Amino acid sequence: MAARRESRRLFTLLGPATLFLGVFFLGPLLVMIVYSFLAPGLYGGVVWEFYHWNYGRILGWADGEWEDFDPVYVQIFLRSARLALTNVLITLVICYPAALWVSRLSARWQTLVVFLITLPFFVSLVVRLFAWVLILRPSGFMNSALMSLGLINEPIDIIFTETAVLIGLAYVLLPFMFLPIYASVEKLDHSLLEASADLGAGPLKTFLRVTLPLTLPGIAAGSVLVFIPSLGNFIVPDLLGGAKVLMIGNLVEQQFLSARNWPFGAALSVMIMSVMFVLILVYIRRIGRKGVEA
Amino acid sequence: MSEGDSVPEAPIAAIADAVKRFVTPEGGTVAALDGVTLEISKREFVTLLGPSGCGKTTLLRAISGFENLDEGEVRIGGEVMTDVPPHQRPVNTVFQNYALFPHLSVEGNVAYGLEVTGVPKRERVVRVGEALEMVGLSGYEKRRPDQLSGGQRQRVALSRAIVNRPSLLLLDEPLSALDRNLRQSMQLELKTLQHDLGICFLFVTHDQEEALTMSDRVVVLNQGRIEQSGTPEALYHRPSTRFVAAFIGDGSLFYGTIQGPSNDPHLQTEDGLRFRLAPGAPVGERTTLLLRPEHLELVPKDSGDGKGAIDARLEQSIFLGASRQLVCKLANGATVTAAPAGLGEKESDLVDGQAIQLAYRLDRPYLIPEPAHGG
Repeated sequence: MAARRESRRLFTLLGPATLFLGVFFLGPLLVMIVYSFLAPGLYGGVVWEFYHWNYGRILGWADGEWEDFDPVYVQIFLRSARLALTNVLITLVICYPAALWVSRLSARWQTLVVFLITLPFFVSLVVRLFAWVLILRPSGFMNSALMSLGLINEPIDIIFTETAVLIGLAYVLLPFMFLPIYASVEKLDHSLLEASADLGAGPLKTFLRVTLPLTLPGIAAGSVLVFIPSLGNFIVPDLLGGAKVLMIGNLVEQQFLSARNWPFGAALSVMIMSVMFVLILVYIRRIGRKGVEA
Repeated sequence: MSEGDSVPEAPIAAIADAVKRFVTPEGGTVAALDGVTLEISKREFVTLLGPSGCGKTTLLRAISGFENLDEGEVRIGGEVMTDVPPHQRPVNTVFQNYALFPHLSVEGNVAYGLEVTGVPKRERVVRVGEALEMVGLSGYEKRRPDQLSGGQRQRVALSRAIVNRPSLLLLDEPLSALDRNLRQSMQLELKTLQHDLGICFLFVTHDQEEALTMSDRVVVLNQGRIEQSGTPEALYHRPSTRFVAAFIGDGSLFYGTIQGPSNDPHLQTEDGLRFRLAPGAPVGERTTLLLRPEHLELVPKDSGDGKGAIDARLEQSIFLGASRQLVCKLANGATVTAAPAGLGEKESDLVDGQAIQLAYRLDRPYLIPEPAHGG
């Protein structure tokens, strides 16, 4: 009886959320997967017949009769992965020491810093990225500042390069690395660090043997949270990479909006999503549960 | 307890004139340590006893290196420790909350100190095995701290500290989180362990019973100063300050002036009580009399010849099994507790509210030689 009432309550509570996610999240996902196996219509749209050449174009079994295999897609994919991974490293290197530092501030300052870190979310991403264009372009703030200081004679050509894209990605995703790391650093028991010192470990050994392993769940969560949006990002490479830096996200965008090849765009999306799905699965299996225990 | 007395040895640790001030949230300063000087010798079990905020934990942390002293110095093994960071000091600590590494197994926790100081693996394994056996945790090597009970965690913390063979082991209220029964058995175990290891234990507690049970020497701290340092017996029977007398054991304190002929003096309190004292008490001095429950016996009216007699009214008679406690009110309203030795039938016949007479042997109460302002 009680169990039945319990399960009914659970159903009532979870029902709306499940319904919402089912309709508006799983639904489109299914549409995407189905479309990726359909043929492109001549003037956009889809033709309802099974068509595996979308994947053939990407992965290499297209025979050249219907669609051409082009290794460029895998290359773009790998480049995106490389950029995303680099971005994970950049944000990690910036955020880990910062989080350690913030966790040692007084409670009032900690609240303020965390608020400041979430502050950029109040402004539209596109607006913020245009600000970066103004900063990075040859006649922008960065170059005029450096030149007026006499540090450089010629403007640095940084906009529309991979570096600019990395700066943008790091800027956009920094909070997603900072917050999980901060959460795990902040709950680190200070007496464990004292115990380590007491047992003869210097600061470096204490960091490597106590601080790092105990904050690993935060690092992992931050890495996943930064890697996934980096991989699929198309606004940052669009605005800061110009025509030179194409990421997989731009490719998808082009297929849907310019090339009007929905099935192929869907196939590319499914490729990205499978990689992310595997990553999240690994995370949950390996670290997610440990993080919950700790 | 007296085995170390005959051979004077250099102290393992010496704290000289230690002063440590903290800034209070209100902006003032408070001295957690206010000129503490203390020496700890080899094989000694010393307990720092005092109410919370008395500076005992600060003193411990000054020795382990987690607090820097404002004045004074700490020496361990004869060397000044002022500029030596915690990880290079030859002491280990058992922390109040154990501070076990949650990501390491029992074995990993115990081996930690040996690993970071570069002890070879083969020796490590042997020593970890020994240390775990000593605390009765053999077979628990692979468990994680969260799979252990409170008492077991306590033992892991203990074995993690002793495996490094420190010359001085610091214990910061290690038993406070355990339940009463476990605490009592751990007290005995700690004492045995200290004896077997032959190293110094410096134990911090606010529990006087714990301090009396285990220690060779108890150091009573109050407001950053040492009130008294001595054997548990000395502290109990001959407290040098009113604070120590009130903090350790039960008892009643009476403040007054010694009057009368020197062959039969008495203590006269301001509210009119008279306590007969043994001949030779310093007549004319203001002093405090300590009466412990076991000093007092129940006597028939007007029969306390050659003893000190007190008229009292019985408030409550409490049966404790092996003994009986008589809670009595005196003429001035003060409460005294008597715990007469032996179980006379006469005590069980008493009625609450009855007028009774208590008596004490003149040599039993203790006069606290504290300056008049004390208290």
